[in-house]
Amino acid sequence: MLAKRIIPCLDVKDGRVVKGRSFVNLRDAGDPVECGKQYSEAGADELVFLDITATLEARKTILELAARVADEVFIPFTIGGGISTIEDARGLLSAGAEKISINTAAVKNKPLITEISEAFGNQAVVVAIDAKRTGESWEVFISAGTTPTEIDVIEWAKEVEQLGAGEIMLTSIDSDGHNAGYDIELNAAVNEAVSIPVIASGGAGGPEDMLRVFTEGSADAALAASIFHYGTYTIAEVKNYLRNHGVQVRT
Amino acid sequence: MPNAQCRMPASDMIAIIDYGLGNLRSVQCALRRIGAESAITADAGEISAADGVILPGVGAFWRAMENLRKSDLVKVVLETARNSKPLLGICLGMQMLFDESDEHGRHEGLGIIPGKVTLFAPGLKIPHMGWNEVKHGEPSPLFESVENEAFFYFAHSYYVAPDEPAAVIGSTDYGATFASAVQKDNVFGVQFHPERSGPVGLKLLENFCGLCKTN
Repeated sequence: MLAKRIIPCLDVKDGRVVKGRSFVNLRDAGDPVECGKQYSEAGADELVFLDITATLEARKTILELAARVADEVFIPFTIGGGISTIEDARGLLSAGAEKISINTAAVKNKPLITEISEAFGNQAVVVAIDAKRTGESWEVFISAGTTPTEIDVIEWAKEVEQLGAGEIMLTSIDSDGHNAGYDIELNAAVNEAVSIPVIASGGAGGPEDMLRVFTEGSADAALAASIFHYGTYTIAEVKNYLRNHGVQVRT
Repeated sequence: MPNAQCRMPASDMIAIIDYGLGNLRSVQCALRRIGAESAITADAGEISAADGVILPGVGAFWRAMENLRKSDLVKVVLETARNSKPLLGICLGMQMLFDESDEHGRHEGLGIIPGKVTLFAPGLKIPHMGWNEVKHGEPSPLFESVENEAFFYFAHSYYVAPDEPAAVIGSTDYGATFASAVQKDNVFGVQFHPERSGPVGLKLLENFCGLCKTN
């Protein structure tokens, strides 16, 4: 049976991991490759590296990063942040990334989704959707969650599937950073609307939140950052909990 | 072959076929990790001289076949299969070993293993993406020392339906049971990505490279 995936997310700025605290016995806890390796050895199913570098110049480091991760880590990894052309995607995928994730560029330039998908297969294209609750529905926000778009999340999710996205990384802006659980309703609604896999993101406080988003939210994967980075839980603890509650996870 | 004169012939060189599609570098990184020498190449001579050949692939079936034809590499792949040299197709590369695929209309494959490639039944999430178990009850050198029902990483929407059940050396459940690993003599195919499947994936690649060595 297909296992539910647990995915640690690493924010990378100027080639360095930010807000990591729990990486032990590493020579360099700011090195994304070292951190990625440690997570991989700890049982992570995939890794996401989110490049939050602001300057274009420094963005070249993300390509080197992708190549270095590919040298050392033998589980799938996704790179996101600032990808706006097919050349950006090509560079990262050729360097060894399994998937790229696009967010703002997907909204501003819809054909880009199709272009990348046709060139590299839809399994390589993750569309990241940042969702903010507005009354009874959710609105798509772009530019790192700062800019509203008036686009309905459910409609957008369906559209990106049609355009060629192979997966959706769904972040609840309202839940993100609160460690109080994923937005279950949001996940359930998007999973109901599309038939591509959905990665739940934003709000993980512990294994019980992951259990809920898998069982009630129908998510295929759960992404988390701080609970792993700060050592609140290990990946093994999360997976043991899920297994004990009847969720198929990779051993 | 511009570089041939200054390179010592390797004892076990794996050729990773480059036809413009596929995550070639991740395959090469995995081979490097297990100590196998490899070359990413579109040179028929180099492929022909290699001890083993890997056919990777991602994206659409028709495009992959078209690229392989345009690169004039169909012949050398068929020869590899015929000459009892180990050949491993990964993901789309596995699908291409078969007669035909119905992805985006009917398209002809390499026809090395009888059977066809078809889309998963409706109602399932597609792509079939993530880690799933591979059952390999029948002994195959590819799965030597790999635990039965070990998890491998998959990312695909189509799967192979071999005509001969004997070709199936590994199977996986997704809605229904499908062939996730096949073998016909010296030709192997895996639907999953061993290069992305952690230690078990590396073990499988090591097994393949071991066959290339003894060949």
